[in-house]
Amino acid sequence: MSETKKTYWKGLAQLKNDPNYVKHANDEFVDLGVEEDPGHSRRDFLRMMGFSVAAASLAACEAPVRKAIPYIMKPVDIDPGIPNYYASSYVNGGDYCSIVVKVRDGRPIKVEGNSLSTVTMGGTSAQVEASVLSLYDNFRLRGPQKGDTKTDWEAIDKEIIAKLEEAAAKGAAIRIVSNTILSPSTLATLAKFKAKYPTTEHVQYDPVSAYGITQANKENFGVAIIPSYDFSKAKTIVSIDADFLGTWVSPIEFTKQYATTRVVNEDKREMSRHYQFESNLTLTGANADYRTMIKPSQHGLVVAQLYNLIAAKAGKSALSAGIDKVANLEKAAEELWGNKGSALVVSGSNDKAVQVIVNGINDLLGSYGTTINTSLPVNFRKGNDETMASFISDAKDGKLGVVIFYNCNPVYDHPMGEELGNALKNISLTVSTSYTPDETSSASAYKAPDHHYLESWNDFEPKPNSYSLSQPAITPIFKSRQAQVSLLMWAGETVEDYFSVLQENWKNWFAEKGTDFQVFWDKCLYDGVYQAVGKKEEEPKGKEKGKEKTKSPEKVLSYTGKEQEAATAIAATYKAANEGVEIAIYESYAVGNGSQANNPLLQELPDPITKAVWDHYVTLSQKDATKWGIDNDAEGNTQKVKITANGKTVIVAALVQPGQAEGTVGLSLGYGRTKVGVVAKNIGANIYPLITLLNGSLNYSVSTGVSIEKTAEDFQIAQTQIHQTYMGRENVIQEATLAEFKEDPSAGRDIPKITKWDEKVDIASVSMWKGHSYPNHHWGMTIDLNSCTGCGACVVACNVENNIALVGKDEVIRRREMHWLRIDRYYSSDAKHDDYKGLEIAAENPEVTFQPMLCQHCNNASCETVCPVAATTHSTEGLNQMAYNRCIGTRYCANNCPYKVRRFNWFKYHDNQQFYQSNPAMNTDLGRMVLNPDVTVRSRGVMEKCSFCVQRIQAGKLNAKRERRELKDGEVVTACQASCTSGAIVFGDMNNPESAISKLLKIDHYIEKEVEKDGKKVTEKVFNYSFDKKIGNPRAYRVLEDVGVKPNIFYLTKIRNKDKTEHTS
Amino acid sequence: MPKHTKMKENLVGLLKSFTFALFISVTTVSFAQEISKDATVIKAGEELFNGNCKACHRVKQKLVGPALAGVDTRVPSVAWIKNWVRNPAKVIASGDKYANDLYNEYSKSQMTAFTSYTDDQIMSILAYIKSEADKPDATAATQTAAGNAAGQGGEPSGYLDVILVGMIVILLLMLAILGIVSKALKKYLNEKPLSEEDKEVVNSPYTLGGFLRSPGFIFLVVFVVGAVTFKTVIDGLYSIGIQQNYQPKQPIAFSHKLHAGAYEINCVYCHTGAEKGKQANIPSPNICMNCHSQIKKESPEIQKIYAAIGYDVNSASYTGKQKPIEWVRIHNLPDLAYFNHSQHYNVAGVKCQTCHGPIEEMEVVKQYSLLTMGWCIDCHRKTDVNTEGNAYYDRLVQVHNAAKGSKSKMKVEDIGGLECSKCHY
Repeated sequence: MSETKKTYWKGLAQLKNDPNYVKHANDEFVDLGVEEDPGHSRRDFLRMMGFSVAAASLAACEAPVRKAIPYIMKPVDIDPGIPNYYASSYVNGGDYCSIVVKVRDGRPIKVEGNSLSTVTMGGTSAQVEASVLSLYDNFRLRGPQKGDTKTDWEAIDKEIIAKLEEAAAKGAAIRIVSNTILSPSTLATLAKFKAKYPTTEHVQYDPVSAYGITQANKENFGVAIIPSYDFSKAKTIVSIDADFLGTWVSPIEFTKQYATTRVVNEDKREMSRHYQFESNLTLTGANADYRTMIKPSQHGLVVAQLYNLIAAKAGKSALSAGIDKVANLEKAAEELWGNKGSALVVSGSNDKAVQVIVNGINDLLGSYGTTINTSLPVNFRKGNDETMASFISDAKDGKLGVVIFYNCNPVYDHPMGEELGNALKNISLTVSTSYTPDETSSASAYKAPDHHYLESWNDFEPKPNSYSLSQPAITPIFKSRQAQVSLLMWAGETVEDYFSVLQENWKNWFAEKGTDFQVFWDKCLYDGVYQAVGKKEEEPKGKEKGKEKTKSPEKVLSYTGKEQEAATAIAATYKAANEGVEIAIYESYAVGNGSQANNPLLQELPDPITKAVWDHYVTLSQKDATKWGIDNDAEGNTQKVKITANGKTVIVAALVQPGQAEGTVGLSLGYGRTKVGVVAKNIGANIYPLITLLNGSLNYSVSTGVSIEKTAEDFQIAQTQIHQTYMGRENVIQEATLAEFKEDPSAGRDIPKITKWDEKVDIASVSMWKGHSYPNHHWGMTIDLNSCTGCGACVVACNVENNIALVGKDEVIRRREMHWLRIDRYYSSDAKHDDYKGLEIAAENPEVTFQPMLCQHCNNASCETVCPVAATTHSTEGLNQMAYNRCIGTRYCANNCPYKVRRFNWFKYHDNQQFYQSNPAMNTDLGRMVLNPDVTVRSRGVMEKCSFCVQRIQAGKLNAKRERRELKDGEVVTACQASCTSGAIVFGDMNNPESAISKLLKIDHYIEKEVEKDGKKVTEKVFNYSFDKKIGNPRAYRVLEDVGVKPNIFYLTKIRNKDKTEHTS
Repeated sequence: MPKHTKMKENLVGLLKSFTFALFISVTTVSFAQEISKDATVIKAGEELFNGNCKACHRVKQKLVGPALAGVDTRVPSVAWIKNWVRNPAKVIASGDKYANDLYNEYSKSQMTAFTSYTDDQIMSILAYIKSEADKPDATAATQTAAGNAAGQGGEPSGYLDVILVGMIVILLLMLAILGIVSKALKKYLNEKPLSEEDKEVVNSPYTLGGFLRSPGFIFLVVFVVGAVTFKTVIDGLYSIGIQQNYQPKQPIAFSHKLHAGAYEINCVYCHTGAEKGKQANIPSPNICMNCHSQIKKESPEIQKIYAAIGYDVNSASYTGKQKPIEWVRIHNLPDLAYFNHSQHYNVAGVKCQTCHGPIEEMEVVKQYSLLTMGWCIDCHRKTDVNTEGNAYYDRLVQVHNAAKGSKSKMKVEDIGGLECSKCHY
């Protein structure tokens, strides 16, 4: 263990030793004062109990008659009780993920990544995992509507066609508005529509735009594209406000690539170094090795300065813009230059000028052709901010005859949405195809709901030559209709179903001559993806408009520098020392851009950084908070602030956030939905109106004219961050710098000793427990703290897989969230406890460590010993089992758990109208369809916790038994492991020498034992079935090893790529 | 081949007039040598026959299809059988007379095609049919055996009677002895010089009232009544939710006694899920239609199937008007218990009857077993793990044998079969 012991704290309240915090710090279950008197007495209880017993016995006299209704004609491939898996694709605007859908008895119940995809490579995100619940959203549109009155398709078609023809006859402008469209067949559909109505134009926009990048590339390469980035090839990564692990362009793909560069072991003692310059503490910033806080108004200058520093080394002339004294910038430039050819600079700015300079830097560094591939442009963000702006002004000016909104919600998620909403009233025909009610569909005359993506046929082209198919995993639940079919029918085509349209397109585009199309199609559908070898034989007809073409260029594009002009623009816009507060706007990690806001899984997903749920807030630095008189306490009590910018005012709660640049505040998009189901209704404020156009593209920051005022209104934010502290015990997070790791792979490890009367011995050698022997399997897990980015996909995956109740904001405030798996986020500081000044400096820009925390499946489990009814017991496979129906709810186990991972059902969360809003999956007939039938829905008064997905273990074992063979590694995958894009979680059988976990932990499976052979004593190597295995990986440690509970979960030390033990400030 | 066709016609004629004798004497020599008498081949054939043919055919009995005894000799050729089995439609379409006659005889019901059967497999089935056909009729023998078994089954209750009678006799004897002892004591005491009070006690008469009022009797009565009430209440509480012998009326009077009993149709022929999944599945009506598109078409119960699946008997076509059948669920495990049929039927090789009872004797199915957790656990304690030929268990067997010796059998209990999360999660 190194000399410098860092202090971790879970929130500012702990840091400040807030009396309120200290009071509750050691309590597992907090009594937060007097609850409302329910008006029941003990006598009432006895009376009720007497009655219930009598009622139960009476009811039991006659068993309820239950019906069993078999199929009439059983489909060959569907067997009740046996899941089917279908490859498909998740697409939400420009967000893409290739997935596998688990379908039980005709109902999709789980979504997982598809490892056959070359784009997302099996990764997922929280939103992808949660999307299965959106399918069963009770607030979905049940069928077509004219205004608010329900109608049928025939009637709506007739009226829409009549109006379209009328508009076409008059030559009135027709606009189809959408987010980025990845689907070639949809584009072909739009082309057919345009052929019928020639005045049609297609307007694409993105709620979170990357138009600046495409424009910069147009400037430098002549084509408006976003190139492919390859973080896996980068040794030095510099990101200026690009949250590429969280929200920027293609986070799943980037996380996958990034994670490969962060893996270290005894054989590979190198990792990438990541510099981040940003205003808000983003997910990416939290994972960076060096993080520097800058203001949005400095963004362009920092980029320019980085260019200047590198240009100086390259012998090029410096730009007219720049900034001095940016911490770590010179060091970053030095290293970028040193790693020329394996360096990558990205910027999250949507300003063309800034992106031109970033291109210039990447050109100097030789990134084109190595870490950036311009010949493989990605299609994720094709939105054009300028055409969208002119569309809205056309709408306002009454120049449009027809507007069709294809699965988009610009009234909410465009800065000029409100104006657009008002203008729609004056347009003769407005149609929205959204599958749920939203602000735009409410403002439109007709609602023609599309299917949910899990009910639709679709194809996608996320990158040139990488195709992906979507297939229905369920028959449409409501009378919705595929939007493409609607468009084709309105264009006068006769369409049976979209499937045949899609198949026909693929037949024309991809079918290789001489091969059977059906065979080709079946293979593509089975895989879910199709990787074309060469170019498509024929460009889809839908790729209209030359300037929007994303045709793959045949050779690497030639680069033309335009840095000087850009620098002039930057010098005019950005300031080194801006007075006044600035707003940095970001996309929420949980609810994203707001399109899935009505999904409670996402609302109750703690934000990776702030750990807040169900709430919208503004993040600000401690210094600013003090200045403005805002005080956060341990219970999330805070004040609302009034923020005025660009003539708009929003009122949100204030949240003090370490790592927030002083003089800036962070505001997230995705909240403030008004026309939406009950889940998301009236949470927070809509931030989109604060966005303005800068140099033709949307600018996600406000640097001038911002005023912030504290209001008199108090507010409580529900946060999970200060719950369940480790009571000041050390050795929870074990970390080292790469420099230390290179010298000693066990650097940072804390090996606790216990003092005997004569000597100090390893804690592992002392135990008062008998231990266990596992003759068959020994399930274990490792979590690599270096790979974990803290994204939270595992939390949602666990929720969906295990039917975990969502409890709502009020219950989270009472610390009663039910998540079996949480991600603990620790801030660190090098300062000592008594060095208050030192702590203060660290608080401004702390190092962050994410630690997924779930039931550790201890071999010497302390929960098992205290259960008076043996409801929690140990299995012969190393699992700590929980029998819900045996549990009587004493909660002794939770009190005795050192890891605080046991969750208690304070209420009956199912079939309880009280939780209708937060937990629709257990309270509506529609929602219940998402429940996993293999997992019990727990009732009130019982304890629950992570089961290592025992239902999956049992299913995997049974499969092997049925096939009369051994269970192979990788057959049993826990839900969290499957969802983990970065591969931080490895689960498997530690008794199997061939398993990934055995290899990762370097387990020695044999022990020497003395045996008698022919009268002589010989030592022989025998297989070690004991729970206590010799772990060879120097990075592996158990959390709270000194407690001696011997968990089956191992963590691998966090390694930061820093020169020495230091902290940045 | 006109000659061949002529021969076929002859053969059909012979068959129809039931004059086998000549035919057999002519043909046995030519075909018999091809059909194996090897026991392994017969065994393989038996498995195939039971798995695939038995639903419609018997060796000596006409069922949906003809009895198959002597089939090798009565049809045109063995090659014909092979063609027929693999694709009967093709044979009929080719205009083959024998095939068409057969088709017409069985009211145009066509046999299922078994396209994937190899020559060896078909020959093994023929070998089995031949060996079965050659066996003497075994029904009588079975009956006697069954009678014996029933007689043996009665014996334990006989023992019980003898013991009971013996005990009663002993008790009566003891009563008599006690009476004699008491009389002798009284006599002895009366001869002694006793005080008045003592005399009164010795000579006090036995009155019923005195007996009923005695503390001993009151205690006994209270104790017995208390114990019986307690036992009844506890038994009553324990029986809550237990539906043993639950035998609801079903929407269609389907008889397992007929199908599983008399016709010996394999359970998984209809309950297709038992081999592969959690649910055994109530068969969908399309399985019924495999046979009942031809058999017992007029039965009102079968009409219910037609109504459900939308089948028009007159035109022999499906109308598309379907109406699901709402069977009454008999076996209701609580949702908190996970049970998987394939684990028990497929992996462990447990017979269906072990839990479902003599289903082949039930006209109306009832819940045979308790289906309580104690009942599950009990079986898991007693049952040996079926490890044979299953590589999954190899390591477990190895460890078990090393610890307890290869003679002690590995029970389900020994491999964690009693652990909570084997069934509850």
